Amino acid sequence: MRTNDVMLQTATKVVTFIILMFAVHIFFAGHYTPGGGFVGGLLTASAIVLLMLAFDLPTVKKIVPINYVVLTAVGLLIAIATASASILFDVPFFTHAYDYFDLPLFGKTSLHSAMLFDLGVYLVVVGVTMTIIQTIGEDE
Amino acid sequence: MSNLALFPIVIPLIFAAVLMLFPKNLKMQRAVAIAGVSATLISALVLFSKVSTDGIQAVTLGSWPAPFGISMVSDMLSVLLVLSSTLVTLFVLFYSIPTIGVKRERSFYYPAVLFLMTGVNGAFTTGDIFNLFVFIEVLLMASYALIVHGGEKPQLRESIKYLLVNIISSALFVSAVAYLYSVTGTLNMADLAVKIPEIEAVGILTVIAVLFLVVFGFKAAIFPLYFWLPGSYFAPPMAILALFGALLTKVGVYAIMRTYTLFFTMNIGFTHELLAIIAILTILAGCIGALAYFDVKKIIIYNIIIAVGVILFGVSQLNEAGVEGSIFYLVHDMLIKAALFLLVGILTVIFGTSDLRKMGGLIKSYPLFGWTFLIAAFGLAGIPPLSGFPGKLLIVQGGFEGTHFWGSLVILATSLLVLLSVVRIFIYAFWGEPAKIVTIDRKHYLSMFVPTAILVALTVVLGAGAELFMPFISDAGEVLLNPSLYIDAVLKE
Repeated sequence: MRTNDVMLQTATKVVTFIILMFAVHIFFAGHYTPGGGFVGGLLTASAIVLLMLAFDLPTVKKIVPINYVVLTAVGLLIAIATASASILFDVPFFTHAYDYFDLPLFGKTSLHSAMLFDLGVYLVVVGVTMTIIQTIGEDE
Repeated sequence: MSNLALFPIVIPLIFAAVLMLFPKNLKMQRAVAIAGVSATLISALVLFSKVSTDGIQAVTLGSWPAPFGISMVSDMLSVLLVLSSTLVTLFVLFYSIPTIGVKRERSFYYPAVLFLMTGVNGAFTTGDIFNLFVFIEVLLMASYALIVHGGEKPQLRESIKYLLVNIISSALFVSAVAYLYSVTGTLNMADLAVKIPEIEAVGILTVIAVLFLVVFGFKAAIFPLYFWLPGSYFAPPMAILALFGALLTKVGVYAIMRTYTLFFTMNIGFTHELLAIIAILTILAGCIGALAYFDVKKIIIYNIIIAVGVILFGVSQLNEAGVEGSIFYLVHDMLIKAALFLLVGILTVIFGTSDLRKMGGLIKSYPLFGWTFLIAAFGLAGIPPLSGFPGKLLIVQGGFEGTHFWGSLVILATSLLVLLSVVRIFIYAFWGEPAKIVTIDRKHYLSMFVPTAILVALTVVLGAGAELFMPFISDAGEVLLNPSLYIDAVLKE
């Protein structure tokens, strides 16, 4: 049965981008305030799931042609590499580095190596969530 | 400060992530997996030599001061266990290449094994009780993937049970950790060892200690919490079963060992008495199972439970002989259980069944295999000079020196039952009328037999060269009996 989903599809086209923008905001907010890679990843995954609900799996696969297992692995590697970098500097594992930079537009900004770790977490969360949902979704 | 303690945890994690990138390339999967485990083994050996020369290696993650950050502590006990678990994984990996099947190899079998290793090595190394929970979850996740891997009907049925039991015990684990935190205000094991003796409310701490015994008891399969183990372990293929049997229950045993020597020592009269009684009941229950079945897998599976009881009885004595015996027996048991499972695996391949009654007369066609099996069986039962003997001797001595001479008597008596249970396999499978066997070609047989035989040879070295290994074992025991060594290494870094 094919229901009329014009409303859902039209709304999704707008809402998806709002969710994605919000995910980016939450991701960067994560260092000092609530948020971070985990929630950001979940939000991104929810945007993709919304696309899947409004359209269907093959369409979404065409829009976002990502192998989520590879995405998970890449995320893991980024996270481990960030944490392991401390071995090179001979400080305890997971020690983070940060400094303040004057960036155009943003002004004085603190940049953290923890952000790279969070990026890894973000990719792992998106990858794992989407792998689970896709596997269940494909199973008719 | 030394990051070396983290290498056996991080290396398999990196290799597992790399393996996820190309699941379908069979040759690369095998090569990278073996390279990963070998690299882990080398790092564990380096760590071992470092610990044996320089003492306990501790590092607190993220440069936080010790009780606040997560401490990773590699003392002799933990590095010995990391070393033996990595060794076992390497041989199981070699064994699984010819046996596990291409379909499984293509669907993330090797990454799952490496993730399992990350969890196991992490659980052995961590010095923080909540981090222990995290690493146990990591190894459980990997074990969920492995137990259902291949998706055969019995596997699906048993993995539901396995999942359910472990989720419940994990939930209990978190609650127990929360109770502990609310009473002591810390989760760092070294800090716990400092704070717990200062707390006067022994009653609530005893309750928490018993709660932890229940939690770890689920993982370690002690009486009466072992009910899930025989069924769940029966389902997956032999290589996975060997990994589970050799490593997973040992993590639970290690956790009991660590917590019951380092900080849950405020009410020994109750907690350790309870542990001793439970350990003996575990041995008896395991013996009944090991003798009751005609299925080779089931017999060895019930032998896991017996060994858990024996090791914990040694710990409960809390004296030098008992604790050292437990450590020796723990290392021995990891190696011998893996070896026995692999041997039994070859048996089931040759006969095409795991039912003892359909086996027979194999000694003529596979003499070397037969004698290897007999050596492993004698090693398990603890016949001198094989590896089961020194550990059991010390545990029994510990019981006689302590207050539980009756427990030592039970262990001695049940050794005979253990011997009977495995020799029964030997008698049924190798003696008597030759039964129908599946013809397997020589190369395939050797690719299974060689790693197994080397593993058995290693256990023989461990037993015959016990004198060589004893200094390391007593090093490990010393840390368990003098918590101050552990505390100083972590807090006075």
